[in-house]
Amino acid sequence: MRHLLSVSELTKIQAISILDTASELARISEGTVKKLPTLRGRTIVNLFAEDSTRTRISFEAAAKRLSADVINFSAKGSSLSKGESLKDTALTLQAMGADAVVIRHSASGAPQRLADSEWMKGTVINAGDGTHEHPSQALLDAFTIRKHLGKGSSDLHGIRVAIVGDVLHSRVARSNVLLLKLLGASVVLVAPPTLLPVGVESWPVTISYDLDSIIPTVDVVMMLRVQQERMGDLYFPNAREYSRYFGLNAERLKSLSANSIIMHPGPMNRGLEIAAEVADSARSVIVEQVANGVSVRMAILYVLLAGQPLETGNK
Amino acid sequence: MTTTNRYLLKAGILPQGDRADLLIVDGLIHSISPNIVDSEAMVFELSGSVILPGLVDLHTHLRQPGREDAETVVSGSQSGAKGGFTALSAMANTSPVADNAGVVEQVFRLGQEAGLVDVFPIGAVTQGLKGESLSEIGAMADSIAGVRVFSDDGNCVSDPLVMRRALEYIKKFNGVIAQHAQEPRLTVGSQMNEGSVSAILGLKGWPAVAEEAIIARDVLLVDHVKSRLHICHVTTAGGVEIIRWAKARGINVTAEVTPHHLLLTDELARSYDPIFKVNPPLRSERDVMALREALADGTIDIVATDHAPHSVESKECEWQEASFGMLGLETAISIVQKTMVDTELLTWAGVADRLSSAPARIGGYENHGNNLAIGSKANITIIDPSATWIVDRDLVASKSRNTPFHGFELPGVVTHTFFNGLPTLIDGLLVSKEVGL
Repeated sequence: MRHLLSVSELTKIQAISILDTASELARISEGTVKKLPTLRGRTIVNLFAEDSTRTRISFEAAAKRLSADVINFSAKGSSLSKGESLKDTALTLQAMGADAVVIRHSASGAPQRLADSEWMKGTVINAGDGTHEHPSQALLDAFTIRKHLGKGSSDLHGIRVAIVGDVLHSRVARSNVLLLKLLGASVVLVAPPTLLPVGVESWPVTISYDLDSIIPTVDVVMMLRVQQERMGDLYFPNAREYSRYFGLNAERLKSLSANSIIMHPGPMNRGLEIAAEVADSARSVIVEQVANGVSVRMAILYVLLAGQPLETGNK
Repeated sequence: MTTTNRYLLKAGILPQGDRADLLIVDGLIHSISPNIVDSEAMVFELSGSVILPGLVDLHTHLRQPGREDAETVVSGSQSGAKGGFTALSAMANTSPVADNAGVVEQVFRLGQEAGLVDVFPIGAVTQGLKGESLSEIGAMADSIAGVRVFSDDGNCVSDPLVMRRALEYIKKFNGVIAQHAQEPRLTVGSQMNEGSVSAILGLKGWPAVAEEAIIARDVLLVDHVKSRLHICHVTTAGGVEIIRWAKARGINVTAEVTPHHLLLTDELARSYDPIFKVNPPLRSERDVMALREALADGTIDIVATDHAPHSVESKECEWQEASFGMLGLETAISIVQKTMVDTELLTWAGVADRLSSAPARIGGYENHGNNLAIGSKANITIIDPSATWIVDRDLVASKSRNTPFHGFELPGVVTHTFFNGLPTLIDGLLVSKEVGL
C-alpha cells in the first residue's frame, strides 16, 4: 500500500489492520508518553486546497504524535490562492522532499492525479476530494462503530447503518458505503430523491425516502451535513421542509432502538439535519468520532509510511 | 525533383473493391482503369492500398484567430493532410468569434495560403455565441468564404425562438444550422456522462436527456419551418432513436458522430485523466454500440472529428479544471476502420460516403466528395488498411498533443493525400509547400 486515495483500493485485511493499528495507538496514547518516534525525520505536508479545520488539525496531531515534521500548506495566503497549478505545487513539494502529502481538494480526483503523475514521488493521502471520497473519515467512522457495536469482532458483520442526507454531494457517504460493505455491514441510504446520484442503483445499498420507517431498524444513524450552497439549488423546497422529513430530531430519537448510536462527520448544522438535543444526547458519538480521528489517522500514516501495521499487544 | 502535374497511382483498390490505376492530370482525375501507362507521370506504387475520395471534416477547431498557441490554420491543415483530409470546416468559436464576414474571410484566406486542404469557415449562429441575437449570417454567406454551415458549437442555441429564426433565415441561401445539442440548464457544471461511473467518481453528471431534449425539439422545429438541420456529435442511443424517427417522417435532418464516441466510454474517466474529458462526454458501451449501428444504417450520416486542440496546461491539471476536447484529425480514419470496417459494419464504399461524399454534400463543398468521378478535382486519400501504427502524441502534426489515443495500436495508415491534384502527404510525410514537387 503506497497511497490512500479511495476505499475501493483497500482489501478487507488492509482495512482491518488499519483499525487494529489505530486501537493499539489509541491505547498507547492513553499512557503517560503520548509520542512515538516512528516517523522521526520524515516530512509530511498537509496540502489543504480547500478550507478544513478538523481534518487538517486531526492529521497534524496524528503526524506529530508519530514525531514527523509537519508542514501546513493551506489555500488562503498561499500560492494556491494565487492560481498556482496542482502540478507546480506538486513539483515544489517534491523539491522540498516531502515523504507524504495529505491532500484536501475541491476537485474530485485531485489526489489520484497527484499520485499518478510524475510530478512527485511521495505517498499521497486523500483527506477529502470534491464529491468523491474521504477515506480517513470512513475509517474513523468504522473504528467508532466497531468500538461501540463490534462485540469483539474485527469487522462490522451484521451491523445495520443508515446514511442520511445529501448523498449526492457527499464524499463521506461514498467512502462509507464502500468501507461498510467491505467490513460486512449493511447500508441503507435515506435521502430525498434529488440528493441521490443517478447510478446509485449499482451501489451495494438499499434506498429509502422515509427516515421514520428506517430509524427503528438500524444500529447506526449517520447524518450528513447539508451544505448551505445547496439551499437555493432546487434540491428541496426549503430548509424547514428538509428538516421535517430528513432531520434527526428529538421525536425521531425516541424510536431509535436500544444501543443504537448517532454519528455526524461534522461540521453540524444544528437545527437543520440534526437537532441540538440529539447531537448532545447520550446516543451521540460525534465528539468521540473526532477523538478517534487522530488515532485512525496515526494508523494510516503508520501503515503507509512505516510500511507495516503495528503489532497488537492484546491478541 | 522536377515539377510535374501528372501523378499515376498504380495498383490501388477502389472503394467498391476493384483493383485499378488512377491518373491525375492538371489537378483533375483524368482516368481510372486496370492498367494505365504514362511515361511522364510521377508513379506511386500502392500495392493494394485503398483509394478513397479525399476526406471531408465538417467539424474542426482550428483555434485561429485567438489561440494560436494550441493550433493555427496552417498546423491544423497539416494535421488534416496527415489524417487524409482534403477539406476542413473551421468552427466559429474562435476569439474573436467568427460571427461576421471579416473573421470568416480571414480564416478562409489563411486556409488558401496554407494550401494543404480547403478550409471552409463555419459562421456563428448568434453574435458572440451568446445565443441571443443572430450574427451577420447573410454577410457571411455572401463573403468570399461563402459560408453555408452555421453553428454556435461549444454552446447550444438553446433559446427555441432564436433557433427557429435561424433555421428560417438560412433558407434564403440553402444554409444549414449545425446544432450543438446541450440543454444548458441540465448541464450546469457537468463533467462527464451521468450514470454509474459518475456516481462513483463524484464528478457532476451530464445526462443523456440534455442532448436528446434539444435534438427532439429541433427536429420538430425544422419540420415546422421546412429548413435544414444538422446535429453535431450525437453521443446517445436515445438521440439516435429520435433522429431515426425524424428521418422516417421525412424530416430534413442530418447527423454526425465523432471517432472517439465510436470507440471510447466513460469508464476511462476512472483515471481522472482529463485527456478523456470532452464535450459532449464519452458515454456508455451501449451508446457506443448504438452509434456504430446508426452510422452503418445511415441514421447518422457522417463521421466528423470535432478535432479540439488544447494547450498542455489546460489538460495537465485536475479534471474539473481541464478544458473539454481531444485531437481527432490524424486518428479519424484509423478509428473508423477499427470500429466500422474491421467489424464489417461498413465497407470502404460506405466509408467514402460517411467521410467524404455525405459531409461534402451537407456542407455544399463542390470540389469534394465527388467519389473519384472522372474529371473532378483530384482530392484523394490513400490508406493502407493492412498496416498498423502506434499513436504517439509527440509525433502529431497538430500543435497540440491532447490525443486520447496515445499508445493505442490502430489499424490503417494514411500514406498519401492529394489535394486539388497535388500531393500533400507522401509515404506518411507531409509535403512542405516551400520544397514543392
